[in-house]
Amino acid sequence: MAWVMGASFFGSFGALFLKIGAGKLQRNLLSVITNWRLLLGIAFYLFSSVLFVFGVRRGELSVLYPMVALGSVWTLLWSWLILGEPLTRPKLVALGMILCGMALIGMGAR
Amino acid sequence: MSTSTVPLNDSAQQRRSFLLVVCCTLIGAAAQVLIKKGAGALGANPTMLQTALAMVLTPALFAGYSLYGISTILLVLALRHGQLSLLYPVFAMTYVWVTILSVAVFHESMNPYKLAGIVTIVAGIAVLGRE
Repeated sequence: MAWVMGASFFGSFGALFLKIGAGKLQRNLLSVITNWRLLLGIAFYLFSSVLFVFGVRRGELSVLYPMVALGSVWTLLWSWLILGEPLTRPKLVALGMILCGMALIGMGAR
Repeated sequence: MSTSTVPLNDSAQQRRSFLLVVCCTLIGAAAQVLIKKGAGALGANPTMLQTALAMVLTPALFAGYSLYGISTILLVLALRHGQLSLLYPVFAMTYVWVTILSVAVFHESMNPYKLAGIVTIVAGIAVLGRE
């Protein structure tokens, strides 16, 4: 379970760098392949999928897959801390619900 | 297909995006089953490098990640024309399909905690989409 949670953590950095990189994109191929932020974002995603495969090889899929939702919690945090997007009440409610859901599933794990 | 020359009216476009996201969740859930199948077939203690190589060389893992890619592309296509707040909760259906498939394919146990957890997560993602 720790591996899958780690995967969601690194995956959220993938989203963060894709977002920062995409903002600096121009309409030519060179600007895509020389955009280190975009490439770093993709690298984070790839690394995160290796961790996910490593983590999901044992244990129940019905417990491990929902842990992916932790990624949206990280993404909310980075959007607030790094991108300066407002952390509104609906976002906080959603964050709390996702964490509660994960705790419930953890309690239901064999 | 979304760049068709005949302009669709709003509700037809919204319906099309909705169906696209439903397809995307089904394909995404199938991808997770394949990934779990492929990952389960890895040796007892694989290294990170072996795991990474297996993602390309093991048919189930490769197929799983290919389907995952397809579902991501479908989601992007749907999001171009659909309303995010309507499509986000639909997208969370992936969690429901994966749970059903976990029981059907891998004979995992189901209990009230897991059910309540899934419902809470899906509802949480729906709230996120309302933003």
